Amino acid sequence: MGRTLFSKVWDLHTVRKLPTGQTQLFVGLHLVHEVTSPQAFEMLRARGWKVPFPSRTVATVDHIVPTTSLARPFADAEAEEMLTSLQQNCRDFGVPLHDLGSLEQGIVHVIGPELGLTQPGMTIACGDSHTSTHGAFGALAFGIGTSQVRDVLASQCLALDPLKVRRIDVTGTLAPGVYAKDVILGIIRKLGVKGGVGYAYEYGGEAVQRMSMEERMTLCNMSVEGGARAGYVNPDATTFSYLKGCPSAPSGAAWDRAVTWWGSMASDADAQYDDRVTLDGGALEPQVTWGINPSQSVGVSGRVPKAADAAPEARAQIAEALEYMGFGGGETISGTKIDVAFIGSCTNGRLSDLREASRVVKGRKVAPHVKALVVPGSQSVRAAAEKEGLDAIFRDAGFEWRGAGCSMCLAMNPDRLEGRQVCASSSNRNFKGRQGSPTGRTLLMSPAMVAAAALAGEVADVRPLLGGVR
Amino acid sequence: MTLSAIRRVSGTALPLRGDDVDTDRIIPARFLVSITFEGLGAHAFEDDRRSLSAKGETHPFDDARFQGAGILLVNRNFGCGSSREHAPQALQRGGIKAVVGESFSEIFFGNSVAIGLPCVTLPRETVQELQTLVEGAPKSALSVDLESETLVAEGKAYPVSIPSNAREAFLSGHWDGTSMLLDRFDEVEALAKRLPYIAGF
Repeated sequence: MGRTLFSKVWDLHTVRKLPTGQTQLFVGLHLVHEVTSPQAFEMLRARGWKVPFPSRTVATVDHIVPTTSLARPFADAEAEEMLTSLQQNCRDFGVPLHDLGSLEQGIVHVIGPELGLTQPGMTIACGDSHTSTHGAFGALAFGIGTSQVRDVLASQCLALDPLKVRRIDVTGTLAPGVYAKDVILGIIRKLGVKGGVGYAYEYGGEAVQRMSMEERMTLCNMSVEGGARAGYVNPDATTFSYLKGCPSAPSGAAWDRAVTWWGSMASDADAQYDDRVTLDGGALEPQVTWGINPSQSVGVSGRVPKAADAAPEARAQIAEALEYMGFGGGETISGTKIDVAFIGSCTNGRLSDLREASRVVKGRKVAPHVKALVVPGSQSVRAAAEKEGLDAIFRDAGFEWRGAGCSMCLAMNPDRLEGRQVCASSSNRNFKGRQGSPTGRTLLMSPAMVAAAALAGEVADVRPLLGGVR
Repeated sequence: MTLSAIRRVSGTALPLRGDDVDTDRIIPARFLVSITFEGLGAHAFEDDRRSLSAKGETHPFDDARFQGAGILLVNRNFGCGSSREHAPQALQRGGIKAVVGESFSEIFFGNSVAIGLPCVTLPRETVQELQTLVEGAPKSALSVDLESETLVAEGKAYPVSIPSNAREAFLSGHWDGTSMLLDRFDEVEALAKRLPYIAGF
């Protein structure tokens, strides 16, 4: 009987069965950032522990980074303390740090793949739920909390229970103007925000096979929004071609051996799954969220639901979301006025995202009442975009062109919504208060749809603006 | 390091209704701009509390009737979203010693185990029954017994569920597991040497 990638990677990294019944799993790559690590390093100090595998650990700074000026010290004294603490911890424990000012700094889930650190067949952990992003390469990648960051720093291992595997086939061909973001929002709507609890999602099918690595990263990134701690795509020629030439990827004769091994880690054709789901990718249109969790979305030509039309069990939650968002229920999602447009985040802050959005805004103008900003996912994305002239396209249209970081996805830096502002956002969470204002409102959509909303000043279908074929 | 075993949590309870309560709501991101977990207890559900207060309503965490409660009663998929351990830390530092709910997000559950905060589950109807009980009689005495997997509320017993690994970790005092992972470190080093991406392709 065939095996899944999950089961192959899990078994390969199993050290032993623990007395508690859990599995001791070796972590092949541990990514560290400034928010969830300082307490963990402090616990190591308190117990006199070292980091035994510093070369399997890589740090950067992303969540708190200001995107307008990198002048030190930061205006926020506590943010400054977090950065100096990370720098000190990395020095003390021998952990490599891609620090501010380096071209290799950026959102941890953007730089891992860029640097070729993320590779098929690995186990990858990070104190951040969007670690699922790295599954795009056929790695088993998942978020952990700070006590587990301590565990990995001290032992390079975690105590875990295995996940079940749900295969999700996305069939058909995505229409122009429909992206990986729309696919994952569609999947989460279908399966719910807790549908994936206990599962890893394996994405496949023709639409996924055709996706670029950056699109696969978007897809896997939001697995956790569907409750699945990990999501992955089996490694294939697209994966290998992305990795070829990356700084940390193997080269020479080792490259060929690596490709053979990576390919062998993919799920077997006759692999057994705990569950299977199919989504018709060809039927998807651009998606927009209307509520306060990522399953509350609708196609751009659709309407916001009415609580009364829902099943009795679901009514209270829909009513709560409508009240928070200021919807009456039943209105079209198109035409919803926005105040802010945010393009960026570990979900959609990569070069291809900026290219797609720039196609939409080129030669057009942001609506006068909209504050629009582009925050590249990494310094390297920023530099590559500038080389192509994308910064000029965005600036000419009225967007602000910022430095790299997490920025307004979760507003731990100075970029945040004010009052009840509505933000068209290419990020991953529309939770209450997520973008920094306790009453702020978020509409999740693809970067191209954010661009269209910025121009129109309201939610608008991007497809007429794209023209031609993708 | 073996910490003290956790067999039973007793006290009054705090009912917090709602499905899919995410960790951004439990502790908003601005409180994560710090290198310690200190002081988080005061800010649990801060934005939800403020927004209700602005409407003249009272959040359960601000309700004097539930002051001093150690057992939090929640609904489905509690703790979804961000992996921030700050969420269970804020609850624990705010006085919560156990969480009873319909279901939990995996990362929240794991983080809670790692800091010695038991989370147990009950069917939806039972959780709602307990929430209603406590809303009507806030001084009701509850007790969660991990050994017998039972919750007792005002003399009535309900079977609760907790994954056997987590239960074992609490009962044995192994809930803080780093030392367990270091116990046989030679096996860890041996495994690392077998991995092609470490040993070299």
